[in-house]
Amino acid sequence: MNLNLLSWVIFLPVIGLIVIALWPKPSQKAVKWTALIAALAAFAVSLAICFTFDRSGSAIGHMQFEEKIPWIPAINANYHLGVDGLSLPLVILMTFLGVISVLISWKIQLKPKQYFIWILLLESSILGVFCSLDLILFFLFWELELIPMFFLIFIWGSGRKEYAAYKYLLYTLVGSAFMLAGILSTYFITHTFDMTALAGISITSSFIPLSALFFLLIVGFAIKLPVFPLHTWLPDAHTNAPTAASVILAGALLKMGGYGMIRLCVSMLPQVAVQYAPYMEVLAVIGVIYGAACTMRQTDLKRLIAYSSVSHMGYVLMGIFALNQVSLAGASLQMFSHGVITGLLFAMVGLVYDKTHTRDLNNLSGLARQMPVIVVVFSIAGLASLGLPGTAGFAAEFITFAGSYSSTVIPGMQIFTLLAVFGVVLTAGYMLWMLQRVFYGYPLDKYNGVGDADKVDMIAIFAVVAVIMLVGIYPAVLTNIINMGVTPIAKLIGM
Amino acid sequence: MLTEQLRYIAPELSLLCFALAVILVDLFVKQKKVLPVIAVVGALVAAVFTIIMFGSPTSEAFYKMITVDQFGMFFKLLILAAVILVILASNKYVLNFANFQGEYYAILMLSAIGLMLLVSSINFISIFVSLELSSISLYALVSFLKNKSSSEAGLKYLILGAVASAILLYGMAFIFGLTGNTCLTCIAEYTKDMPVANLVASPVLLIGLVLIIAGFGFKIASFPFQMWVPDVYEGAPTTITAYLSVASKAAGFAVVARILMTAFGMPVWLHTDWGVIIAVLAALTMTVGNIVAIWQTNVKRLLGYSSIAQAGYLMVGLAAMGMAAKPDAVTSSGLLFFLLSYTLTNLGAFIAIIAISNKINSDNIDDYAGMAKRSPLLAVALTLCLVSLTGLPPTAGLIAKIYIFTGAVNQGLLWLVIIAVINSVISAFYYFKVVKAMWMTEPKSEEKVTASWPEWLALAFCCVLVVVIGVVPGIFINFTQAASKMLGI
Repeated sequence: MNLNLLSWVIFLPVIGLIVIALWPKPSQKAVKWTALIAALAAFAVSLAICFTFDRSGSAIGHMQFEEKIPWIPAINANYHLGVDGLSLPLVILMTFLGVISVLISWKIQLKPKQYFIWILLLESSILGVFCSLDLILFFLFWELELIPMFFLIFIWGSGRKEYAAYKYLLYTLVGSAFMLAGILSTYFITHTFDMTALAGISITSSFIPLSALFFLLIVGFAIKLPVFPLHTWLPDAHTNAPTAASVILAGALLKMGGYGMIRLCVSMLPQVAVQYAPYMEVLAVIGVIYGAACTMRQTDLKRLIAYSSVSHMGYVLMGIFALNQVSLAGASLQMFSHGVITGLLFAMVGLVYDKTHTRDLNNLSGLARQMPVIVVVFSIAGLASLGLPGTAGFAAEFITFAGSYSSTVIPGMQIFTLLAVFGVVLTAGYMLWMLQRVFYGYPLDKYNGVGDADKVDMIAIFAVVAVIMLVGIYPAVLTNIINMGVTPIAKLIGM
Repeated sequence: MLTEQLRYIAPELSLLCFALAVILVDLFVKQKKVLPVIAVVGALVAAVFTIIMFGSPTSEAFYKMITVDQFGMFFKLLILAAVILVILASNKYVLNFANFQGEYYAILMLSAIGLMLLVSSINFISIFVSLELSSISLYALVSFLKNKSSSEAGLKYLILGAVASAILLYGMAFIFGLTGNTCLTCIAEYTKDMPVANLVASPVLLIGLVLIIAGFGFKIASFPFQMWVPDVYEGAPTTITAYLSVASKAAGFAVVARILMTAFGMPVWLHTDWGVIIAVLAALTMTVGNIVAIWQTNVKRLLGYSSIAQAGYLMVGLAAMGMAAKPDAVTSSGLLFFLLSYTLTNLGAFIAIIAISNKINSDNIDDYAGMAKRSPLLAVALTLCLVSLTGLPPTAGLIAKIYIFTGAVNQGLLWLVIIAVINSVISAFYYFKVVKAMWMTEPKSEEKVTASWPEWLALAFCCVLVVVIGVVPGIFINFTQAASKMLGI
């Protein structure tokens, strides 16, 4: 019996936001609890999907929890949802981060009603992107996330928030403009928008060269991931966004780019992907090294974490275009683990800023004495980010590097892998240096008595730490699912 | 015989009766509030007639001057909806007029009659006459405010419109000279057997076609005939701007589509040739419209340039129809579906602007500051319509763009679609400028902005439909496909 669980996952936050919107003059408590209940409900449903997900070998290559209703029959577009091993971890990631971001926004003062409406709408649209199996539906959800993110940065952000919001909006719109042209060209060539059908057929086109189609489709994802040199929106958007928006932006939004690349560019056009893999690998390595180098120089704590995201998503790109089953699995696991780790990092930065009212590394020192809980969790997050064994970061990065090193798709892949591994050293450099500067060292008197994480914050951050540890110690809990999704894709490339 | 055929123009005749009723009642009553009621009732009666006639078989009347077909009925309904919504939105705005408040409604209805006849005409003569009927009414309406800017706008519209009509007539004369006929199907009989291989080989046909496109290009605000739009839109009463941007443009596109697809629809070289012309004009129109809109500070001028850009997107659909080797449902109905979505969206935006400017008496974007605090519902409605004009979900604008661009890509116009989607990105900048002013800046005064119940009714109708079409477009797409079947030649 099909319980339409995926529709529930996507629309439970929407129901929450409608309740908040229509409630006449809600109190702050009412708004926050409604948002929390909606986010928890969506998380619960996604866990239910996870537990009832068929992990047996016979389910490889098939979408599960499929729902298909005709939507615009004129152009063969359907309301088609489904998850497989690739998208399920990302769905769980988004619902989890949804709960976390509601919890860390608990003390918001400015216009809480609209704030939570936008957060819930953002969550819904990202979940829609991960669950869609129809290109038009995918595009619709992809565009839908622009509006809440624009308003979240614009109204609740800090610093140059108008500039950052506009930059984010226009940059992403340009990418999706090309994506729309690519999607419509795909329809013209194949007469279908169904992503499951497109993954299986071999596309030949006299309409436009397949390389052009690949380029059109990948530009939007390259801006989102982000891929050097299209990454310049990310530091501004992340730094100037409110904390919860940064958590969702880094944690889930960037993964939409990676997911799109695997689902659309690699699955649909595997031969073109093989052809362009060397160039993408070059960009990946540049992203890792350049991102890490830029991070070293940052003095704004949030901007530092933002640049570290650029660097870490370089590992994802490297894993994707090594086009190997192990490396694709590593890239997917890296997407999940980076999501939780960087989500936690941004949450911690938000906490530090709430207490000390500054993000400037020159003004912070020796906070370990004044905020012990925050220090411990921040350090765990930092160590996870640099890939300490026992944390999710290590599991993901190791699998990615192992997969890329053994990839035979591109000659000289080993060199790319070695260069990217150097990025781990740089990550250790900037992370440990940042932790030392901010928390260790001489405490400053002006921060005496600023307070530590309170109960609500602690629930959120320790939950994330638990997930990081769980995936780090027993990655099979996720890799079993991920392998089911990437095995058929790797088969397409013949690996 | 002729009197039996009068039932074919029942919608127009009923609207005419009510228009005359408005004028007569205006002479005798002091309470002017009854006049919009009569006007709306008249438009509703005409709409009922149109719906009744929707199912009837295609037939021609008055010696092949007027046709009764689904295409015409669709546009009549669109025009009548626009008229009803504009009348609802005008009920407070007419207080700006010094006198002739009753005649305002009557002339609006007469213009609508002209547009309704225009979309059903299949003969050059009747096309020209109905075009003039609606245009002359609009010349009067544009200058209704009788202040400097309104009179200047009216005069500009009159002079440029007269020149455009003259050019159109000249083009029609050339075609008449070539083919010996003014009825569209008769011209089609002639052109499909022409012994030439392309357009350039027949100079008379080329000149005639170019002049006709130029004449109608004025009406649909295509580059390079779009210069009148910003000044006229800014100077005219906002209700008339709304009407112009929606009804006049829709009817213009309807008649251009009908002429190009019926009279010049065969042979293949002819319709691909004009398809290419329209495609190039479309690219230029949307680019010019979008880029110049970025600098605007007056919201009516901004929407004027935005409507030039939207005309560009519409022409993409028209070009797709021209390039189609054989007609398919998606290509033929793209233009109609986009017009449906554009009508509702633009009217919604203008009604919100009318409601706001009734209170603050200004059309500057800076004066819209903080509107979200002063009137949250109006700000939400205007934001929704601007989001739909940009083409973001979950609104009709996105579905319409996807639909019309699918049709275009299917006919080999990928280059044009890429230009169009990049233009959509550029348009996001200036639409969000208004959104930013409303939501992000501090209001200049704390007074609440309210609207009268007819304005709320009209606004709610537009906004609800914009979201419904965006989420469940199926029925509306089927409707437009049924309406465009007759364009499949």
